[in-house]
Amino acid sequence: MKKPLLDIQNLHVALPEGSQRPYAVRDASMTLHQNEILCVVGESGSGKSLTARAVMGLLPRPHVHIAKGAIDFQGEDLATVSDARMREIRGSEISMIFQEPMTALNPVMTIGRQIDEVFRFHRAMTSKKRREQAIKLLDDVHLPDPDKIVDAHPHELSGGQRQRAMIAMALALDPKILIADEPTTALDVTTQAQILKLIKEMQEAHNTGVLFITHDFGVVADIADKVVVMQGGEVVETGTADAILNHPQHPYTRDLIRAVPSLTPRPPRNRNVEPVLKVENLDKVFGGGRSFFGFGAEARKVHAVQDVSFEVRRGETLGIVGESGSGKSTVARCIVRLIDADSGRILLEDTDLRPLGRAALRPWRAKIQMVFQDPFASLNPRRKVGAIISQGLRLMGRSAKEAEGRTRELLDIVGLDERAYDRFPHEFSGGQRQRIGIARALALDPEVLVADEPVSALDVSIQAQILTLLDEIRDRMNLTMVFITHDLRVAAQVCDQLVVMRYGQVVEAGLTGEIFANPKHSYTQELLGAVPGKHWDPQATALSA
Amino acid sequence: MSDFWKRFARNRQAIFGLSILGVVIVMAATAQFMFPADPFSLAGRSMSPPGENGFLLGSDSLGRDVAAGIAHGAKTSLFIGLVATLVAVFIGVIMGALAGYYGGWIDDILMRTTEMFQTIPSFVFAILLVAIMKPSIESIIVAIAVVSWPAVARLVRGEFLSLRNREFVQACHTVGMSDVRIMLGEILPNCLSPIIVIGSLMVATAILIESGLAFLGLGDPNIMSWGFQIGAGRTLLRSAWWICTFPGIAILLTVLAINLVGEGLNDALNPRLRERS
Repeated sequence: MKKPLLDIQNLHVALPEGSQRPYAVRDASMTLHQNEILCVVGESGSGKSLTARAVMGLLPRPHVHIAKGAIDFQGEDLATVSDARMREIRGSEISMIFQEPMTALNPVMTIGRQIDEVFRFHRAMTSKKRREQAIKLLDDVHLPDPDKIVDAHPHELSGGQRQRAMIAMALALDPKILIADEPTTALDVTTQAQILKLIKEMQEAHNTGVLFITHDFGVVADIADKVVVMQGGEVVETGTADAILNHPQHPYTRDLIRAVPSLTPRPPRNRNVEPVLKVENLDKVFGGGRSFFGFGAEARKVHAVQDVSFEVRRGETLGIVGESGSGKSTVARCIVRLIDADSGRILLEDTDLRPLGRAALRPWRAKIQMVFQDPFASLNPRRKVGAIISQGLRLMGRSAKEAEGRTRELLDIVGLDERAYDRFPHEFSGGQRQRIGIARALALDPEVLVADEPVSALDVSIQAQILTLLDEIRDRMNLTMVFITHDLRVAAQVCDQLVVMRYGQVVEAGLTGEIFANPKHSYTQELLGAVPGKHWDPQATALSA
Repeated sequence: MSDFWKRFARNRQAIFGLSILGVVIVMAATAQFMFPADPFSLAGRSMSPPGENGFLLGSDSLGRDVAAGIAHGAKTSLFIGLVATLVAVFIGVIMGALAGYYGGWIDDILMRTTEMFQTIPSFVFAILLVAIMKPSIESIIVAIAVVSWPAVARLVRGEFLSLRNREFVQACHTVGMSDVRIMLGEILPNCLSPIIVIGSLMVATAILIESGLAFLGLGDPNIMSWGFQIGAGRTLLRSAWWICTFPGIAILLTVLAINLVGEGLNDALNPRLRERS
């Protein structure tokens, strides 16, 4: 067997004293060969990103540093190499692409100049030659009009284009190793598919070894040759992609794979005939106002929602899926009246909520409640959990004692300890906070629950628990749900009906099973085709394991 | 609370500032017992250097005790600094909260008003206000408050702007909470830290403005003040240096102390560090 390109042996990365654990990465070993994609998978806090940063010499020293172990790169130990040598290696021999291309690129420099810098620091070339080379690189990563893009600033490009430019920059000096830290997490699913394809293509063309950090097993299934699974700073399992994905040995890997929602929609349930919520011809335009008493420049108009109609029956879950900017969240906020729609009707039990004023709306507020996306921003950090959940009850005029009793009951329903009542939100993990958010939404016994990406900020195993909880609650309380998501895997497991949105419009609507089996609109087909790891069924693995 | 104190105590400068401030407060509180006589009264020979004729810090051209003036002046400075700041913070929070929370034309009106106040140099504005009303402790407090609130208003507006779209605030809307309750009960507690910090620094500025006004003879004629002492001694600076010097040091140390405490509060209350913990 050939000597590996990168050989990490017993790597320990120490955290500052007083942290939750002494080592962020403990005794991690892995090898990366030429022309191979090694995926490091794990949930948040698994130490996968710090492992990558240790290789690049980008740890936030001195607080976080390599305590023990060796990182062998072609006979040099990167754990002990001098800073000057590390600078030479970075960019020319090992380079890195990051999760958020907007923050990784300098906003006031043109793309061309940023690529130019890489050449200037590492190679002696004339400026004309450097520019030609930069244009060629941009062409290699399939950016349209490389002659123009070379003089463009980062904000003029889309997210996917920026990530392509990052890749061009990373590959400028033909490095032996490319480290990719969640490079597609911030991108939409169709863009993600293109970027993954590009990384694979570039890796094959340049014979690069790629160290790919991700939390998404779908992405692993699409591009990995070998996989390392990390948990709590330790490597729990290493193997070929086929072995890990289809025959996982370690119980943690099995749990993780079991938690990945399958793309096969669950069997349809019996449908109720009674419609609870009807949305008709909803329209919303943002902007258009003028600042400075109407004398300022007109703000740019965005038609966020255009003529959206759908109907949800009692006990059903309607999924609204779409990419960023599709208007799906705006629809959700219009329904709960956080945003006032411009026209259309929002019928809850045959009452149109849209034109109601504050006072008239108040009795209806309780019937339609919302679960938010970000479990960290959705709870007031200065209030105790009990107060957060019971505030709605108190506003509706219940006595303090009644509200407290109901709140404790709710904590039990969402699977939290009763002691949570007197604690502050920061004492809880993301998943637990999301449970608190759900309890708050349930406090007023709503008819309709609007959930805006309730699991997208959570790790996959927590995500599975929250989805199960939402399912249980829906059945138990006969709730009707509107579920906003960008993740088709989640939609397949949760929703009875789907509405696919793009640019503020509904492009396709129907039963989940039918849309997955037979998508009619080309955009739906594109979305379904872009889901990472679509040829791999985690549930089949889970069953066989 | 103990957690907060630990973070505050880690900053040595802040502790240094706090101890000086403590001395000034004790001085103000005990002035009546240490120097029971009226600080304006003639206590002995005029122009006595420090340590002579029973004057610890000397006496001025009329034979008034400089030390007594400093002790009683401490009371004035702290009182005016605190009250003026409280008034300014009160006005600033209301204006900033309304502007940031509602936005639109309310924001336009309130912020353009704020800018109008900010375009006039604050000390000149304060002189003008005191000169129009007649010099008294109330008019000085009003003048200082009027020139200081815009900074608070801008800060609070910014905080409200960023907090009003947070999901926890939206969650309050979905249960039908009233605007006043959301502003006071949900948003305001989350921006208390920066308000406390700016407030503490404003006390120092207020003391400086008060001294400046008194120096120019616009202080309350019945109340002893550090600025008044310096003003009274400025013509004698070469023959009797102590009349100006000691009140000047008192102002310097007090303002320095409050600034150090303010910095310490800023470090200890820094919301970014808090949220990540």
